[in-house]
Amino acid sequence: MAVEFKKETVQEFEEIASRYPVRRAALLPALWLAQREFGWISPEVMEAVASLVGCSPVQVLEVAQFYSMYHKQKPGKHHLQVCQTVVCLMNGSEKILRMLEEKLGLKPGEATPDGQFSLQTVECLASCHTGPCMRVNDIYHEHMTVEKTEQLLEELKKK
Amino acid sequence: MEPQLTKRFGLRDSHTLKVSLQTGGYASLKNLFGMKPEQVIEEVKTSGLKGRGGAGFSAGMKWSFVPKNTGKPVYLAVNADEGEPGTFTDRYVLTYDPHLLLEGIICASYAIGCHTAYIYVRGEFLDQIKILERAIEEAEKAKYLGKNIQGSGYDLQVHVHRGAGAYICGEETGLLESLEGKPGKPRIKPPFPAVSGLFGCPTIINNVKTLASVPWIIQNGGKAYAAIGTKDSTGTSVFSLSGHVNQPGYWEMPFGLPMLEFIETYGKGVKGGKLKAVIPGGSSTPVLTPKECETLTLCYESMQSHGTFLGTGGAIILNDQTDMAKILKSMTAFYSEESCGQCTPCREGTAWENRLMKKILDGEATSKELDLMLTIADNMEGHTICAHAAACAMPVRSFIKKFPADFEKYLVKNTTAVPAQIH
Repeated sequence: MAVEFKKETVQEFEEIASRYPVRRAALLPALWLAQREFGWISPEVMEAVASLVGCSPVQVLEVAQFYSMYHKQKPGKHHLQVCQTVVCLMNGSEKILRMLEEKLGLKPGEATPDGQFSLQTVECLASCHTGPCMRVNDIYHEHMTVEKTEQLLEELKKK
Repeated sequence: MEPQLTKRFGLRDSHTLKVSLQTGGYASLKNLFGMKPEQVIEEVKTSGLKGRGGAGFSAGMKWSFVPKNTGKPVYLAVNADEGEPGTFTDRYVLTYDPHLLLEGIICASYAIGCHTAYIYVRGEFLDQIKILERAIEEAEKAKYLGKNIQGSGYDLQVHVHRGAGAYICGEETGLLESLEGKPGKPRIKPPFPAVSGLFGCPTIINNVKTLASVPWIIQNGGKAYAAIGTKDSTGTSVFSLSGHVNQPGYWEMPFGLPMLEFIETYGKGVKGGKLKAVIPGGSSTPVLTPKECETLTLCYESMQSHGTFLGTGGAIILNDQTDMAKILKSMTAFYSEESCGQCTPCREGTAWENRLMKKILDGEATSKELDLMLTIADNMEGHTICAHAAACAMPVRSFIKKFPADFEKYLVKNTTAVPAQIH
């Protein structure tokens, strides 16, 4: 089913596009707007982005696939991103990931059937001194332990 | 030492224009607009300021490569795509002193004749993006940005561009591709960005800390800056420690502090054991043994004479309980995941190194596989468009050569017991 951007979003996009001499340069910002509005970048959303920016849907697909922060499938309400890069790993991020996999019954890249949680492993979040580090949606959670993550999970379940 | 980059970090509301102005913010503009752009470039050349993003190239020299009178606009792209494992200090300049960065952007843009600058910030730094956008708004209202800055007749627009999760966009031409709305696949050089960069126009790409260093130089002069630090590593930078130290964190200091003193005094010593290894400047830089660290200081030249690089100045400390094979497996996974995929030696090489590391750790490899890892590293490096393959090859080589026992313990001794496998 075709999707359409809200009028305000189109206006917001036009303001952003005016910052660049080439309209195509506003493709990453357009995908951010799309993700904010529709939650994820479905094939229908890609078509809407293509017509907004004035490029082909395959160009949108290519960009959406290249960047890991654009959701190509619907994420959970709470999207858990656990850093698995070297310093967080040295400080125990693997245990946190195992615990989340077990408690949620998920492998990285999956979402719970009720749509509450999704799990993703990510690379360095530039927070090596406060690791293990993870993000829930756009919020950083630092100095994590298995216990702290369990607690966080309980809090998120209530939300 | 008078801090240059972190002087406002402890202040309440340090990110606001009000606090910035109360503490000497934008004071360099008076000097700046009294100088000709060429003089600004000369001053920065005199200062010896080198790029803090990893490559360590002379900032003033880079600016001087912008051709004159091409009839095309000149762009400045600010690299705030911080993502090198072990590196996290640009994040705090953005968080605590966005106006210092903006001041540096004004100085650099004026020097190169740029009227539109883009700050490329990694997608995860949403808080910092909001702080920057507010700072730009404040600066525009107070005429520090926009048309006719402080009555100088000079115009500059600054825009924030949000990345979306790709390490390779920290590579300067990958960053330009991303700014143009494409996958961040690095470009073949030449042409260098200073000649043909963003939208085919002359473009300078500078790191956050490089630009944040410029206002002090404009205010106090290049000579005064060159008097700080060491002969070939002038000024200050923000160095950091993470991994097995009692107090991880970041500190601004002049170049030249001995590494072991850095770990002891600032990091409060190695946590959980004795020192085993130091990755001095982000995960791509070759690893060093404790013996090598005895004579190592925090500056470009000392790192080079020890066969490694200062990189981003983000040191990762490893204690003697660390299994270097497990660390290298994680690193190869990182470089494989983050390879943009356009060059075969990098795309295949990084993934192959990672598969071999897995095989070694699973106890299914012989010394042949270990040798193969070194061969692949040699064949990756220098055979690709950008330095990503080298960034993987350098840790592979240095880990295996300097800590062979950590790898050999996993190897199957009797080679006949393992059937030959095609990779």
